Amino acid sequence: MPAIVEIDGLGKRFGPLWAVRDLGFSLRKGEILGFLGPNGAGKSTTMRMIAGFLTPSEGRALVCGVDVAAEPLPAKRAIGYLPEGAPLYGDMTPAGLIAFVARLRRLGGADYRRRREWVAECLGLAQVWRRPIDTLSKGFKRRVGLAQAVLHDPKVLILDEPTDGLDPNQKHEVRGLLREMAKDKAILVSTHALEEVTAVCTRAIIVAEGRIVADDSPRGLFADEPEAVFRRLTLGARAAEAG
Amino acid sequence: MRSVLIVARREFVGYFTSPLAYIFLCLFLVLAGALTFYLGGFFERGQADLEAFFAFHPWLYLFLIPALAMRLWAEEHGSGTLELLASWPLTTAEAVIGKFLAAWLFAGLALALTFPMWLTVSWLGEPDDGVIAAAYLGSWVMAGGYLAIGSLASAMTRSQVVAFVLAAAFSFLFVMSGLEVVQGVLRGLLPQDLASAVASLSFLTRFQAITQGALEASDLAFFVLLIVSALTLTGLVVDLKKAA
Repeated sequence: MPAIVEIDGLGKRFGPLWAVRDLGFSLRKGEILGFLGPNGAGKSTTMRMIAGFLTPSEGRALVCGVDVAAEPLPAKRAIGYLPEGAPLYGDMTPAGLIAFVARLRRLGGADYRRRREWVAECLGLAQVWRRPIDTLSKGFKRRVGLAQAVLHDPKVLILDEPTDGLDPNQKHEVRGLLREMAKDKAILVSTHALEEVTAVCTRAIIVAEGRIVADDSPRGLFADEPEAVFRRLTLGARAAEAG
Repeated sequence: MRSVLIVARREFVGYFTSPLAYIFLCLFLVLAGALTFYLGGFFERGQADLEAFFAFHPWLYLFLIPALAMRLWAEEHGSGTLELLASWPLTTAEAVIGKFLAAWLFAGLALALTFPMWLTVSWLGEPDDGVIAAAYLGSWVMAGGYLAIGSLASAMTRSQVVAFVLAAAFSFLFVMSGLEVVQGVLRGLLPQDLASAVASLSFLTRFQAITQGALEASDLAFFVLLIVSALTLTGLVVDLKKAA
């Protein structure tokens, strides 16, 4: 099966500092790739480059065969993106935001109504549908962020810490949703919750200091105590760099 | 083009979800009226025209338009929604124009709500409606100039207060450049041609000509060119901010 997302030699430099360097991996339909690493390892920067928010300093990200930096619009049509911290327009209601995103994504008529009902139901947003986003709890805000990302049934989902701030029940629901959606999508999820990786991901990549230090199935990667493995891999990279 | 209208609609509606829109409209209408009647000597002039009304627009816009423009981009930077906006299939130009159009339409609405002035002067005498219509058009286009400057200022910072101050300061330069007192200083410092070039950038001189009934293509073209340039710069700044 051909890869939907192909990352090739991707790098981003901020001034003299490389946040991400020579990153490469690919993602196929049906895969949920867990993107792990300590804070500042370059996870969000990588996701921002794939989502078309940041322009890479080197290398390229291909989504459905399209170079995101060269042809952002077709790439963005195929991507659903939840940025870190799920920023939203606080003055809008979930109903208003979803209608706005649907218009921008040219989703109309019966298709729109069907998808709108689906996201409201799957993400449990019906009760807050017409309340200003500013007044919602962190968990609801995160789910509204997810709703705008999955609204157009994208082929690729890029989710930066989608379960951060959710309670255990909500986490369970979102993970179920990810598994269900993964059938016809490629999903890239960043997270700090190692148990999430073993629970939903089909594959995991660990980055440290902007480079990939491990790429394996969660079972292969975390056969031992997951946190010990994570520490060994990510601190090991720093030690090797220093040495 | 469709995306421009979608963004403009969302922004325009957005003004009314906060008290800002209502405060702005009230303040604009009260100040425009008060300045016309008290400072402008509308009745004392004994003339059936709206010169006393329009004469204060450059000064009124100097503080009110930056308030309208300050949230355009600073809010997106500050709250992180710029990243969300950038993830949707829409170009930076479409977002910049859409946001500007919403604010410009809103300024147009505020201006349109001053229609009782026109009614009053028509009731009191027989004004030249052509001159008044031209002055309204000129004032709206000038508001666009202030707004485009405000949009650029807003793109440069994540703080709405800083955006307001920057926009007011930039606009002040454009307003003042034609005043005799400024020109006197400039003529002493700069070559004659350069001093006149600076004077030609003045909102005051250009708008005065318009309110007196001389709606010239060159004055309109000046404001349109200013809008296009400031919006182009806004787009570049937004893209630069995204990359940083």
